[in-house]
Amino acid sequence: MNPFIKNKKQLSIFITAGFPTLNSTTNQILELQSKGVDFIEVGIPFSDPMADGVVIQESSSKALSNGMNMDILFDQLEAIKNDVHIPLVLMGYLNPVLQYGLEKFLIKCKDVKMASVILPDMSFEIYERFYQSLFEKYEIPMTFLITPTSSDERILKIVESSKKSFVYLVSHTSITGNKQTFQENLLERYSEIKALCKNVPLMIGFGISTKNDVEKAHKSCDGAIIGSAYIKSLIEKRDLVRELTP
Amino acid sequence: MEKIKKYTEVDDLGFYGHFGGAFVPELLRDNLEELTTFFLEIENDNAFQNEFLSLLKYYVGRPSPLYLSQKLSNEFKCPIFLKREDLNHTGSHKINNAIGQILLAKKMGKSEIVAETGAGQHGVATATVCALMNMKCIVFMGEKDIERQAPNVQRMKFLGAEVIPAKSGSKTLKDATNEAIRYWINHTNAYYLIGSVVGPHPYPAMVASFQSVISKEIKSQLKEMTGTENPTKIIACVGGGSNAAGAFFEYYDSNVELIAVEAGGLGVNSGYTAATSVVGNPGVLHGSLTLLMQDEYGQVVEPYSISAGLDYPGIGPLHAYTIQIGRTKSISVTDEEALKAAKKLAVYEGIIPALESAHAIAALEKLKFESNDVVVVNLSGRGDKDMETYLNLDSY
Ligand SMILES: Cc1ncc(COP(=O)(O)O)c(C=O)c1O
Repeated sequence: MNPFIKNKKQLSIFITAGFPTLNSTTNQILELQSKGVDFIEVGIPFSDPMADGVVIQESSSKALSNGMNMDILFDQLEAIKNDVHIPLVLMGYLNPVLQYGLEKFLIKCKDVKMASVILPDMSFEIYERFYQSLFEKYEIPMTFLITPTSSDERILKIVESSKKSFVYLVSHTSITGNKQTFQENLLERYSEIKALCKNVPLMIGFGISTKNDVEKAHKSCDGAIIGSAYIKSLIEKRDLVRELTP
Repeated sequence: MEKIKKYTEVDDLGFYGHFGGAFVPELLRDNLEELTTFFLEIENDNAFQNEFLSLLKYYVGRPSPLYLSQKLSNEFKCPIFLKREDLNHTGSHKINNAIGQILLAKKMGKSEIVAETGAGQHGVATATVCALMNMKCIVFMGEKDIERQAPNVQRMKFLGAEVIPAKSGSKTLKDATNEAIRYWINHTNAYYLIGSVVGPHPYPAMVASFQSVISKEIKSQLKEMTGTENPTKIIACVGGGSNAAGAFFEYYDSNVELIAVEAGGLGVNSGYTAATSVVGNPGVLHGSLTLLMQDEYGQVVEPYSISAGLDYPGIGPLHAYTIQIGRTKSISVTDEEALKAAKKLAVYEGIIPALESAHAIAALEKLKFESNDVVVVNLSGRGDKDMETYLNLDSY
C-alpha cells in the first residue's frame, strides 16, 4: 500500500533538521502533524546545497553549526517514531548519505519508519545502475524529481518506479525559494503530467509560498510542498500552516 | 575482440572507473543532455575543429614554446623543459578551454555565459572570449579571491564582464562554483562555461579534450628538439586539474611518469591544506563523484592554499581515477615551497610563474632524477596576478 494519497488536496512541509535549534526537529514534526499537515520532508543539512536558494542554504549552515549530523538526526527520529502517524520523507544531497554508508542509512530509515527518501542529486539512471537493489532490499521507496520539461517517456519510467511513493514535480526550473508564477501554459503541463502519473500521487514544490499558490497547485496536482516559505516563517515567528489552511 | 578502454574514455554515464558521472538535480538534466549531444557532434566536426585550432594559433598565440631551462637542468642534472602556457593570450592555459567552449556555446545558439573563477584566470579567459564573440558574461568569484586576485577582477570588468561575489561558505572557488551552478539552474538558457576538468559529465571529458592541445604540442616539440616524443616525467599542478589533464592527455597510454602536484597549504596534516588526494576520500560535489575533502558526515571541508587556483576541496574525476589506480602519482607542495620556487624561477630564468604553476616548479625539489630523465614541467600561467603576494614577502 502506498502511504501517500492520491486525489486529496494535501499540504506538505519541508523542514531543515536541526534548524533553528539542534533539538527543534522533533517538536516541529509533531506540531506540524497536529496542525493537519499531510506529510513532512525532513531535510538533511549539507554544506553545499547546489539546488537551494539563500533561505534553505542559510538554514542548512545554521543547522550544521548547531551540530546536526546523521547520527543525531536518526536518534531524534527514533525518539518520536511511535508518535508520528503521517508519512515522513528524508530529503538531502547524496554525499552525506554515501559517507554515512548507504546500507546503514537504509537500515536506519527502516528502523525509524521513513516512508520515502528524496536525493535530488541522484539521477534516476544512477539510481538504477548503482543503488536500486539496495533500496529494494530494505524496502525504502525512492521519490524522484521531475520538471515541467521532463519528457513524457521519462516521466512514465519514473512513475513506474514510484508506486509506493509519489512523483515530485518541480514547479519551474529554478532553485528553491524563487517565487513561482503559475503561468497558464505551466498549469496545462501540470495536468498532462498528472494524467501520466495515473495512480501515483503528484506533489508539486519549489517556490510555493502563499494560500493562493497552494490553491493553484491543488487544481492540477495532488499536493503542495512548501520549503523556503516555511523556514522563513520560522524566522519571522509566523504560523504559516494556519495562514495556508482554511 | 573487446576494445581496450583508454584512461581518458568515459562510460555511457560519464564514469572514469568509479569516478565521475553526472550527479545533478533533474533541473539540469535537459541542459546536460543537450551539451553532451553537441560535444559528441563537434568531436568529428572538421569545421569546428578548424575554427578552434585557428583561434588557438592566431588569437591565443599557440603553439606555446617548449623551453629548455639550462639552469634548472644543471641543478637537477637532467634536461628540464618548461611548457610555456604562461605565454598564452590572457596569461594561462585557461584560454584553451574557454575558446573551445565559447565556440560550442555559439554553435548551441547561446548568448549568455556564466562561469566561476578562483584565481581569476578562468574568469579573465571567459570574459575575453565573451568579448570576442559578443556574449553577455557573468563571473562568480569568491569574496576572498576577489581580494587576493584584484588585478584579474579589474581585467574582467574592463573586458565587460559582470563579476558577482560569492559570499557563502569559504568564499573561494568551491562557493563560486555553487553560485554559478545555481545561476545556471535559474537561467537554463545560459551556457555554463566551467573552468576545469570538474563538474558533471560531459564537462570533465570536454575540458580535458580542449586542453589536450598542450600534450599534443609537447609531443611534436619534444620530437623536434630531442628526437623522441616522450619525456620520462611530466609535472603539473592540480586545482581541479585542467592544465594537468591537458599536459598528461596524450601520455596516459604510455609509460611516461605523470606527476600531479597538489597544494599542501601549511602542510598536509596541518588542517590547512588543499591536498585532496591525500586527505580526501570518494564523495559527490559539483555534480561528480570524485575525491573530496570532507568530514566523517560528508560535509565538505574548507580547503586552504595560498594559491586561489588550487584552493579547491575536490579534484577532477579523471585524476581521482588515475591516481587511485596508480597511473598518476600525486605529491604536494606547501605555500612556502611554492613561494620559494616562484622566486627561484624569476631569478634563474626571468620568468615569474603564477602561484599555481610555482607549485609544479617546487615539485622538482621533491623528486629524484637520473641523468637519462627528460622532464617537462607545465608552466600553466604567469605571475602578474600574484605580484602583491610575492612583494609582501619580506624574506626577499
Ligand atoms: C595559472 C593557473 N594554473 C593552474 C590553475 C588550476 O587549475 P587547473 O587545476 O584546472 O589547471 C589555475 C586556476 O586558476 C591557474 O590560474
